[in-house]
Amino acid sequence: MEREELERWRRCSILHVDMDAFFVSVEQREDPSLLGRPVIVGVPAERSVVLSASYEARAYGVRSAMPMSQAHARCPQAVVVRPRHELYYQVSSELMEVFRSYTDAVEQLSVDEAFLDVSGALRRLGSPVEIARDIRATVRARLGVPASVGIAGTKFLAKIASTRSKPDGLLVIEPGEALEYLHALPVNALWGVGGKSQQQLARLGISTVADVAATPLPVLLKSFGAMGRHIHDLAWGRDPRKVTPERVDKSMSAETTFREDVRDAESLHRALLSLSHRVGQRLRSSGMSAQSVALKLRYADFGTINRSRRLDFPTDSAARLYDISRHLLAAVGPLPQAVRLVGVRAEHLEPSAGAVQLSLDRTEENQRLVERSLDEVRGKFGSAGLTPARLLKPPRPPGQDQSSL
Amino acid sequence: MKFRVERDVLAEAVSWAARSLSPRPPVPVLSGLLLKAEHGTVSLSSFDYETSARLEIPAEITQEGTILVSGRLLADICRSLPSAPVDVETDGTKVTLTCRRSSFHLATMPENEYPALPALPAGNGVVDGAAFSQAVSQVIIAASKDDTLPILTGVRLEFENDLITFLATDRYRLAMRELSWAPSTPGQSMSALVKAKTLNEVAKTLGGSGELKLAITEDDSRLIAFESAGRATTSLLVDGDYPKIRSLFPETTAIHAVVSTSELVEAVRRVSLVAERNTPVRLAFTEGQVHLDAGTGEDAQASEELEARLEGEDITVAFNPGYLIEGLSVIETKFVRFSFTAAPKPAMLTAQAELDGEDSDDYRYLVMPVRLPN
Repeated sequence: MEREELERWRRCSILHVDMDAFFVSVEQREDPSLLGRPVIVGVPAERSVVLSASYEARAYGVRSAMPMSQAHARCPQAVVVRPRHELYYQVSSELMEVFRSYTDAVEQLSVDEAFLDVSGALRRLGSPVEIARDIRATVRARLGVPASVGIAGTKFLAKIASTRSKPDGLLVIEPGEALEYLHALPVNALWGVGGKSQQQLARLGISTVADVAATPLPVLLKSFGAMGRHIHDLAWGRDPRKVTPERVDKSMSAETTFREDVRDAESLHRALLSLSHRVGQRLRSSGMSAQSVALKLRYADFGTINRSRRLDFPTDSAARLYDISRHLLAAVGPLPQAVRLVGVRAEHLEPSAGAVQLSLDRTEENQRLVERSLDEVRGKFGSAGLTPARLLKPPRPPGQDQSSL
Repeated sequence: MKFRVERDVLAEAVSWAARSLSPRPPVPVLSGLLLKAEHGTVSLSSFDYETSARLEIPAEITQEGTILVSGRLLADICRSLPSAPVDVETDGTKVTLTCRRSSFHLATMPENEYPALPALPAGNGVVDGAAFSQAVSQVIIAASKDDTLPILTGVRLEFENDLITFLATDRYRLAMRELSWAPSTPGQSMSALVKAKTLNEVAKTLGGSGELKLAITEDDSRLIAFESAGRATTSLLVDGDYPKIRSLFPETTAIHAVVSTSELVEAVRRVSLVAERNTPVRLAFTEGQVHLDAGTGEDAQASEELEARLEGEDITVAFNPGYLIEGLSVIETKFVRFSFTAAPKPAMLTAQAELDGEDSDDYRYLVMPVRLPN
């Protein structure tokens, strides 16, 4: 590559790779008969939400996070597939491995998207466009799922480019074109502009990114403080945030929405036990231990509380996660309302290194052996095979599952 | 009510009595200190349904009476007063404190709403306060700080004739201390589970004045009382069945290692510097020495060697450095003895005065090792 060309691409070397309808694509890979059809991944329960919808289903107005009942009303012929989170996490980690084979500067945003800074790989691998084409082809060939890639000089623009390129596309926004793309966008496309600030901006007569750019900085500073500077910079294509690789996940969580709001301890405990096993299993399969455990409760009115606790030493044991989350629940005291959703989160993760603090209490070692056996059986026969006995015959059906990472 | 007392005496008394006040009292009056002036003494008491504290101080009383005032406020005021006599006088629903040229007016609370403090049970016997404090400091390190298991946040006291046994465990280590005492009647056999936090307070505030009187109620009020030098505190016992843990001590141990206590503490501290929190420290005992190391693979590593006397086969064991340091820090002799049966089994630490001598078994600290991969 010529020196001049290299310099030009250096200023446009951030990739945002985003999978298209990721969960659906994985399911279509597993079952090709789903290809080309309206497919919804989600638990078929009234209060569950759509986790992922194929483009065919989206054509009927089905969207992610839409209640399943509404999705069904809009597209009754859609095939509903129960989510298989373990499978998605596995594909996700393979995906991140693919990204890391191009550059170390990979910042994972969620289970299916990441920023890559390829400025250090240009001499070796060619222009960002060539790299992006190669990534798309590799992901398609190795993982069997489609990826869209946006390329730009900043993270913000790269993300806009990938969104515009979907599905299964590739789009470059070169620095010279940045403002043209940006200024056509509505103001809530700017990161950090949500419902409240959007209303506030509307009162100033600002509804597009172009309006923000045209507003003098002092006006924005007066109304929004530091946030004003941030959106003004974004509106002019200035986004100094670097692609910062995260070595490991900082947390792992699982949560469940109840079919009907609950407030009895028994139902909540059963949900916590099930969630603790899900999180524990993921911790163990990724070789991580949690130094803190957090409980999340969402009440009937959607008010949400989080309670967390630091551990004496890290754990990857479901039994321990359950003990702590149950205690965190007890510490909340009498519940002010019925509970809609409950979640367990393992935080401050660190590599387990395989060292185990042994206990004078033999049940702890036994529990560890049980969980290890569970992992082995699940590894061989899939996750449906085994579950703690307490979760076998619930007096009311268990809630639906929602994804999280 | 009206009395005069030296500031130092008052401040000390108020701060001790206010110590057991709950920061979030279940009812507002329990944030108060009850002051009662009669027969030449002022008595102060506090209560939060769980613990009570009471003491008496001599004072020049000009008018007897009883008041209830905010304990925390009174303690703060007393601390800030100059060292001089303090006059305390009620005036309607207010109380005035005057010391030199400072004066404070505090609102009083209705003392008739204040609950009666639990009666002090008859004493079961006495123990040396300093020895008691030492015993408490040696066992509370092993009590659990994890209130998911409330029973294990307590220390179990077993009284059998003239011996008290203190036991505490958090499931990863176990501390046991035996202490002799003077029971008031021979042949006593009883037990109590007391919060480690309460015992620690008692040890700190009542252990320094010679004899400490102990009493446990026999009725279902389930109280333990401590009394020393005119100060008494009561505390509710922790409910529940304490696990039978004495049997966890190994009956016989084939491997014994003796190391200098202070050298080992320092070496463990240094070696564990390289390790992230909770990374185990490995101790490899061979004839004549112990080799310590921590850290693995790509991370930082450190190692160190110390002199050690070993009887039995070579053994390598890994421990959580925090657990090891806590145990070693309460062993006050020059040497510490490790007794092992096998690597994955608990190690027992005891105090030993001479390198060639015998260990003393009035204090035993049992710690479970960390199992390393491979």
